[in-house]
Amino acid sequence: MTSANKPAPDSEITLRVNGKPHTLHIDNRRTLLDLLREDLGLTGSKKGCDHGQCGACTVLADGRRVNSCLLLAVALDGSEITTVEGLGGDGEEPHPLQRAFLDRDAFQCGYCTPGQICSAIGMIAEAAAGHPSQVTDPATPSGRPVPLDRSEIRERLSGNLCRCGAYPRIVEAVEDVIR
Amino acid sequence: MKSFGYLRPDSVQEAVEAYAAHPGARYLAGGTNLVDLMKLGVERPAVLIDVGRLPLDTIEELPDGSLRAGATVRNSDLAADPRVRDRYPALSQALLAGASGQLRNAATTGGNLLQRTRCPYFQDLDKPCNKREPGSGCSALDGVHRDHAVLGHSPHCIATQPSDMAVALAALDAQVELYGTEGTRRLPAAEFHRLPGEHPERDTWIRPGELITGVLLPAGTAGVPSAYRKARDRASYAFALASVAVVLRVADGVVDQAGIAFGGLAHRPWRARHAELALLGAHATPAAFEGAVDLELMHAEPLRDNAYKVSLAHNLALDVLNRLAPAPAAA
Repeated sequence: MTSANKPAPDSEITLRVNGKPHTLHIDNRRTLLDLLREDLGLTGSKKGCDHGQCGACTVLADGRRVNSCLLLAVALDGSEITTVEGLGGDGEEPHPLQRAFLDRDAFQCGYCTPGQICSAIGMIAEAAAGHPSQVTDPATPSGRPVPLDRSEIRERLSGNLCRCGAYPRIVEAVEDVIR
Repeated sequence: MKSFGYLRPDSVQEAVEAYAAHPGARYLAGGTNLVDLMKLGVERPAVLIDVGRLPLDTIEELPDGSLRAGATVRNSDLAADPRVRDRYPALSQALLAGASGQLRNAATTGGNLLQRTRCPYFQDLDKPCNKREPGSGCSALDGVHRDHAVLGHSPHCIATQPSDMAVALAALDAQVELYGTEGTRRLPAAEFHRLPGEHPERDTWIRPGELITGVLLPAGTAGVPSAYRKARDRASYAFALASVAVVLRVADGVVDQAGIAFGGLAHRPWRARHAELALLGAHATPAAFEGAVDLELMHAEPLRDNAYKVSLAHNLALDVLNRLAPAPAAA
């Protein structure tokens, strides 16, 4: 095998991040999280464990919540990414869930908060689309929106750890926006 | 992470050809396990072949009444599919008992089957591990091994297979569909993973360069009552200490179909053939269930610190069997 046969260690990709297109030349090793934080200066998404175990890096990729620390940016070419910075849209007003987190004092140090909020927004959409969770009654009809009681919210947000233990307030903030 | 080249073939055929041109490459789909292992230095591929966008992302009904899930169907989509929920509830429940919402949105059917053990010594480059570096030794044998195997382990490796999904597939008589340079073949899901023996570096019977293209759920277990139950250190978002998938059909009080597989106990989903044989034709009573489960778990060889798994698995299996068995008709 000659080195000429080996594909290049870097690539050019285009991502839409919070509605804006970005064309970037990246090392193939670049994760989406590092691209957002280091290349685009979007430091809202946090690096907690960097191994997909804490959820602090959660963003929406093509509308679905994912751990940005475990996604290689090169594999996301053409994707639409929404980070915590983009949730409020163009205006100055925060997203209703961001407002609810403030109103409910749903954090202490705040490090997990952007991931919690992005995860909750993805989770609310999943339940509305009829996705069950581990605690959903198996008799619940398929394809219909799943009502989110407290046990559903807790289970569906279990991929987001909060070392301060603000979980009760986080659940209340989510309840505020789904009512 | 070691530098790597990236290829994104447009078809299964091109993917397999790309591997042939770059032996030792890794197929990338959701990446939730592979990228993590690359960060840790456990995996050091020179080339990644991205199969995540191949047209393998559909769930379709086949003429014989089986259901075929493509290899890149996301775990969350497979768990939510109404046909899977209605016909193969153990599979939906197993998927939902694994990982987190974020991970299930990225992880694929094929990738889930190929995830590596979470044995901490396998992930730690400073420690001997026969799975990571054949011949170097097993650190878990005399180390921290409360999460490790009680069935089918060897002096070379006591790691467990971490997938919940694979346990349900084994109990449901699913088949894994593979494509390679020699064409398409199928393996029973219950036989897809290996026991460690002298070669713990090989997790499965997949051949180098073969690609998982899908999973077949047979007509024979469609609609048969099934369930999955998992015990872990916290209520959610943790790997199984022990788990069980049960497929059980009872007619006139007699068991006429039984599929039982344990997770968290072995290097592969542990299909409980001894228990199944004992149950077939037996009256579906709690005593019969207990006798059958004991017949299986008497083969367990617990390690210094994980004998608790045997009674845990026993209790999980009895709970699910009794729950699935219809209440006896009033005399």
